[in-house]
Amino acid sequence: MTNKFDINNTFDPDNENQAPKVSKEVATKLPTPAKGVDHYLRRTDTDPKAAKRAERQVAAFFGASSLFTLIFVVSFFAIPRETKIAVSLIGVTSAQNIVLGTSFGLAILFIGIGAIHWAKKLMPDVEMVQERKEMKPADEVQQEALDAFRVGATESGVGQRKLIRRSLLGALALFPLPFVVMLRDLGPAPKGELRKTAWQEDLHIVTDITYEKIRPEDIPVGNLISAMPENILEIQEEEGNLNERGKSAILLVRMRPEDIKSQQGPDWDYQGIVAYSKICTHVGCPIALYEQRTHHLLCPCHQSTFDLADSGQPIFGPAARRLPQLAITVDEEGYLVARQGFQEPIGPSFWERGA
Amino acid sequence: MSNTTVNKKTPAAYNYVDSRVGFSAALKRNMRKVFPDHWSFMLGEIALYSFLILLLTGTFLTLWYKPSMTEVIYNGSYIPLKGIPMSEAYASTLEISFDVRGGMLLRQIHHWAALFFIAAMVVHLLRVFFTGAYRKPREFNWLLGIALLTLGLLAGFSGYSLPDDLLSGVGLKIASGIIQALPVVGTWALYFLFGGEFPGTEVISRLYSIHILLLPGAILALVTAHLLLVWTQKHTQYPGPGRTEKNVVGYPLLPVYTAKAGGFFFIVFGVTTLLGALVTINPIWLYGPYTPDQVTAGSQPDWYIGFLEGSLRVMPAIEFNIFNTWTFSPNVLIPALILPGLMFALMGAYPFLESWITGDKREHNLLDRPRNAPTRTALGTMSLSFYILLWIGGGNDIIATTFNLSINAITWFMRVALIAVPPLVFIATRRICLGLQRNDLDKLLHGKETGRILRLPEGGFVEVHEPVSEAELPKLLARETYPVWELPQKVDANGIKTPKYRRQLMKAKLSAWWTKGDLPIPTMKEIQSGQHHAHEALEQAHEFGVEPGKEEIVTSTNH
Ligand code: HEM
Ligand code: FES
Repeated sequence: MTNKFDINNTFDPDNENQAPKVSKEVATKLPTPAKGVDHYLRRTDTDPKAAKRAERQVAAFFGASSLFTLIFVVSFFAIPRETKIAVSLIGVTSAQNIVLGTSFGLAILFIGIGAIHWAKKLMPDVEMVQERKEMKPADEVQQEALDAFRVGATESGVGQRKLIRRSLLGALALFPLPFVVMLRDLGPAPKGELRKTAWQEDLHIVTDITYEKIRPEDIPVGNLISAMPENILEIQEEEGNLNERGKSAILLVRMRPEDIKSQQGPDWDYQGIVAYSKICTHVGCPIALYEQRTHHLLCPCHQSTFDLADSGQPIFGPAARRLPQLAITVDEEGYLVARQGFQEPIGPSFWERGA
Repeated sequence: MSNTTVNKKTPAAYNYVDSRVGFSAALKRNMRKVFPDHWSFMLGEIALYSFLILLLTGTFLTLWYKPSMTEVIYNGSYIPLKGIPMSEAYASTLEISFDVRGGMLLRQIHHWAALFFIAAMVVHLLRVFFTGAYRKPREFNWLLGIALLTLGLLAGFSGYSLPDDLLSGVGLKIASGIIQALPVVGTWALYFLFGGEFPGTEVISRLYSIHILLLPGAILALVTAHLLLVWTQKHTQYPGPGRTEKNVVGYPLLPVYTAKAGGFFFIVFGVTTLLGALVTINPIWLYGPYTPDQVTAGSQPDWYIGFLEGSLRVMPAIEFNIFNTWTFSPNVLIPALILPGLMFALMGAYPFLESWITGDKREHNLLDRPRNAPTRTALGTMSLSFYILLWIGGGNDIIATTFNLSINAITWFMRVALIAVPPLVFIATRRICLGLQRNDLDKLLHGKETGRILRLPEGGFVEVHEPVSEAELPKLLARETYPVWELPQKVDANGIKTPKYRRQLMKAKLSAWWTKGDLPIPTMKEIQSGQHHAHEALEQAHEFGVEPGKEEIVTSTNH
């Protein structure tokens, strides 16, 4: 044997080391028509005219597909984006979307219909049968494979040379560590932000749409107003995110003072106006649905219901904790302000939240 | 057949490539590979094709979509939102919808395909379950399928969140609340995913790389493995004439299967495209941009999240306070993580549990008819009813407003139903299966009822039976039962403790439960004599000159 690359490498029938030219692979038999299966001849099998007709139908489907593709291309450029059309059941929509979508859809669909029609009418519909082999290879094959593996493993010495094996395992176990470590900077370490909101003493309460200060007279009995701390826009600007919006949102509700059964602190209302966190204590949806008559507040996400006349206690649904209340009063000009920040974390539970 | 028209000359191009790649042997083996045909085998195909449509349309969407939470002022052509601050993600989705020609279509096809993708996977899974197709050698494919379903759900949720509209944002907020509730690591996990507090400015771009790279890549890899296994193991088939455990009866890959399956891809794609053209899905422009202090009432997630929504809704408010220091929230953890985790784990373990109970370690290539495995079928419908109840629970507000009922009443009803209904469904299903089995057995032992009553000249009545047809016989013969494991002795005759006594006891009890009520399998002799009798009876009827359908002697009864 030579190592030299032999350009005239031709087949030598006497050389045993050379790969055989003929594949040793066992030829699998081609499938044959199945026996015992009912088979009926189709019109297209017996009547050449019917076959011809089917052929034309298939071609017509494919032709229709091409036509619709062309319609798509033309309407893409021809139909102005703003054109609206009224379609029954759908209403007024963009003409472009309807025409582009319909033509494209039909172009695609007709290819499918044509192909299946072709298969059903013209291709042989005799069922074929093919043998299966058990998935498990023959025992000898398994043994040969395992032997090959064992020879390789023994040659590597991985079994005997414990030192190598262990150090390799150690290295392999450690090398993904940098990837894990790098994930550390996905986010900052929590510093108790979940406990804090922007609310603090004397901060004005403003509406969440016009950001105007609110006077008690602005809220008739039975009404509900979504509100924010006055500096919310500045905070948003400064932090460059909406995080504070999701924490400081509150609801102001006015009820008759005699309707208030309890509050989270003495006189935390102002003349029957109570302020509660808007963020559900279940998993944190903003709450929106208020029923005047019962003073119940319903979370639209999983229907937790809180009683605003009774300290914001949950009375139904999956939320387990009351909505935190914000103590309010008015400043010397008569605008509503917070008397202090929230006295407990708002929003959903978290592990280190505590009581 | 036309497989005689074979060109003897090797085309030069074929030879060129084959000399370098060497694929002839593989081609020879596979070109005429046989695929069985049945409508229920198309469910997996729909899932596959929907995934391909998702890859295609998704790639187009990436050309315009901007995964950024930077605030911009909208200035596109959708007038109602002009001048409103919103994230770039939302603005670019509006741009795709209203300013990119065909963009709306692409978005809607993508969304419809996502709904079909997951629906097809679920129904496909049910087909595989109820026909026992997960049995040896196909257990790995069952596990791959469950992994694919999980990844599909995640892909759907991550994609749904990308437009950053008010509706999907609320969904993301709920997800953040669930993560935050994790014991010990909750806050850290939240901060890691969102880059700080919710909503932060990172999550959309992170979901984006998960949605367009990580999950599709993983799904593609698993789909490939799934199909490779189907290919090498060959497809299962329903029992029928000429079909055995050792063969596969159907149509060859080329031409019939290629034409049908290939054609079917275009049908699925075409239908999805037409839906994208004609039926609005996820009109994000109506919801408005996301802001964490707003919510849309009566909103619903995509259908596949419904069961989780339902489990969150019906869960009672259980929360613990540990030493006034830690908060532990089963009201969130059980419905959102533990329950779905358990559901998927049970699904994954099922094939192995079943084969442990029955002791069946054989290969199965013929599918079961659901009636022939009553306990399995009953477990399936039982689980399905649980899932459907959860799903209905996810729409309790819709039900309440539609039918003017109280939400509390519905929620209580769902809580009770979730515990009470599945066992009833189990019992009913098993009964029905056994009833159907009895019918089958009667057909084998007495022939098929024809619904015609024959009044004998002596005065009696007999019903005319006819032998079972050749085509039906294999179906009726396909039933098997399993032996019940004997109850183990605690100690054997020599006073030696039986090893693994408890496990054996459990197995024996479970196998008795599994086979409870099974009808005996008739012997070939009984069947032959039954069919023979039916044959004779029919002949007898003819002898009496009774032609079926004759009024005065033959009355038809309706079953
Ligand atoms: C693996 C299965 C996938 C599922 C289940 C899925 C699902 C979804 C869903 C439900 C949406 C929201 C669509 C809407 O109504 O706006 C979406 C958006 C999106 N998807 Fe996918 N998707 C998948 C794969 C892909 C792939 C492979 C890509 C890209 C290579 C992609 C790119 C996008 C993009 C860019 C968006 C945002 C644009 C928009 O919402 O209009 N998706 N996806
Ligand atoms: S978030 Fe309010 S009930 Fe779930």
